[in-house]
Amino acid sequence: MSQRDIKRLTLFLLFAPFALWILLLIVLPHIGMGYLALREKIGPRQYEFGFGNFVEFAMEPIYWNTLLRTGSMSLLVTALALIVGFPIAYYIAKIANYRTRGAMFLLCLIPLWVSDLIRAFGWILLLRETGVISSSLQAIGLIDAPVELLYNDVTVVIGLVYTVMLFMIVPLVSTLDGMDNSMIEAGYNLGGSGLTVLRRIIIPYAMPGIVSGCIIVFMLTAGSYLTPILLGGKNSSWFTEMIYEQFITRYNWEAGATFGFLLLAFTSLVVWLGLKLSRQTLAGTVARS
Amino acid sequence: MGTARANWAFLLGYRFYVAAFFVFLAAPLIAAGSFAFNDSLFPALPWQGFTLDWFFNDTEPKLGMFHDRRLLRGLYYSFVIACGVSALSVFVGTCNAFLFVRTDLPAKNFFYIVMIVPLVIPGVILGISILAMASQFANGLEEAHGIELGFLRPGLPLVVLGQFSFIATITSLVITARLRKFDATMEEAAYNLGASRLRVLTTITLPFLRPAMIAAGIVAFLVSFENFNTTLFLVGSESPLTITMFDRMAKVGSTPVLNAVSFFLMIGSGALALVSVLVQRDRTKV
Repeated sequence: MSQRDIKRLTLFLLFAPFALWILLLIVLPHIGMGYLALREKIGPRQYEFGFGNFVEFAMEPIYWNTLLRTGSMSLLVTALALIVGFPIAYYIAKIANYRTRGAMFLLCLIPLWVSDLIRAFGWILLLRETGVISSSLQAIGLIDAPVELLYNDVTVVIGLVYTVMLFMIVPLVSTLDGMDNSMIEAGYNLGGSGLTVLRRIIIPYAMPGIVSGCIIVFMLTAGSYLTPILLGGKNSSWFTEMIYEQFITRYNWEAGATFGFLLLAFTSLVVWLGLKLSRQTLAGTVARS
Repeated sequence: MGTARANWAFLLGYRFYVAAFFVFLAAPLIAAGSFAFNDSLFPALPWQGFTLDWFFNDTEPKLGMFHDRRLLRGLYYSFVIACGVSALSVFVGTCNAFLFVRTDLPAKNFFYIVMIVPLVIPGVILGISILAMASQFANGLEEAHGIELGFLRPGLPLVVLGQFSFIATITSLVITARLRKFDATMEEAAYNLGASRLRVLTTITLPFLRPAMIAAGIVAFLVSFENFNTTLFLVGSESPLTITMFDRMAKVGSTPVLNAVSFFLMIGSGALALVSVLVQRDRTKV
């Protein structure tokens, strides 16, 4: 075999696992889902192709209201995670000294390895009617009767922010880490106030990290299932819950696939818009972190 | 003086904010973990005294986690799934690293983006799409040829494939990043000394990649162990731990045995995460 043949063979052998993975587990399943979504059940074992499932979705306000609600709450969660997480990331990357920085970063990562389920469980124990906060407040005498802090939208949003926070902080820390301190000093020396330096120097520099964090957080939130259900209860009307209901409870796979397709299209659209507005690319942001 | 004091107050406020954030971060974990040791039938205040019953007791109503057959079975299935997923993803991740760093693959940037995509697809979508395809395929085979392929029905193999579909992206990114840092002159030196391709690969390149491969494997193991969204749709009768726990939380109400499991998992994953950090740290010395 010549050198070129070996090169080709290597390329082929290395490409095969990649191609099998992407083709069999990503591309074909999504085609299958699209096929199901376009298939309309007109009788037992009788199907017709068309956009009937989508029409049905559009005709039923509960469906698209839930999708819009999920989308807008996910955007809110993303914004809150950025606002809460940015100062923390900045502190870790720029203000803390070397030792504490490592320790704080590790502290941030530890909850990452604890399942969503356990974290949501912890919130339940704290917030429910018989939970820690309610009974502590009673013990202090601030309230007379137990309060139920679960099953409302505020709790769901806080729980989601908590769940996805780390995926915001990690990319932010890694971009801010690469920033030269002299850039900030130069900004101050030129007479900029703290706010100007933040707006004109730090944020533009951190943009890839911000966008990457926002994309991951938004996708995770919109696709999350556990936190809205456990903290919001049965009536939290989260879109993934409707997908589960159609697929598993009602066994209506056509409608479930349609919902899945819509969720994917909707979240991709939001991410695409975000990338366009911030003039970033997927490869330049998510791939880097 | 005025600005100095303002700065000082600002920094104090800032520190306070950071501290409050870490309390917020730790509070649910502490709540979930500490009630495992409360000698009460409910994971709630008041504190009834310290006990290890929720781990080791073997009788109802205080059945400890190490005697709870369903929880143990869940733990076992989770372990099997996580091992399968991490072996598969480290293998494919390593292949991908070589594919993207070493070969002159046409349209490399395009394929690189394709590789990242699974990570940004919501887990629920991955779950239903793989379920839909596998079932259609299995139904088609059954109707046309009467062949029944069990692994295409919801169950452990499908769960492994479903989790692998996005965890492979994580391992690929970790191992690719490491291979990019490799100094090609080390390989050239070995070739000059007369080593064969295989020998260079096994004695120089793979040992260099090993920390990243181990770290990627641990990450894959942990992500698989705690995965819920994708697993939910692909699971058959063999429920992994997260599904078993979720069923109990949602349906039966809960005894502190769930806290015991939570504590156990936190300690386990904390230890594994520490190992992966230590393994990664070695690379600065290489």
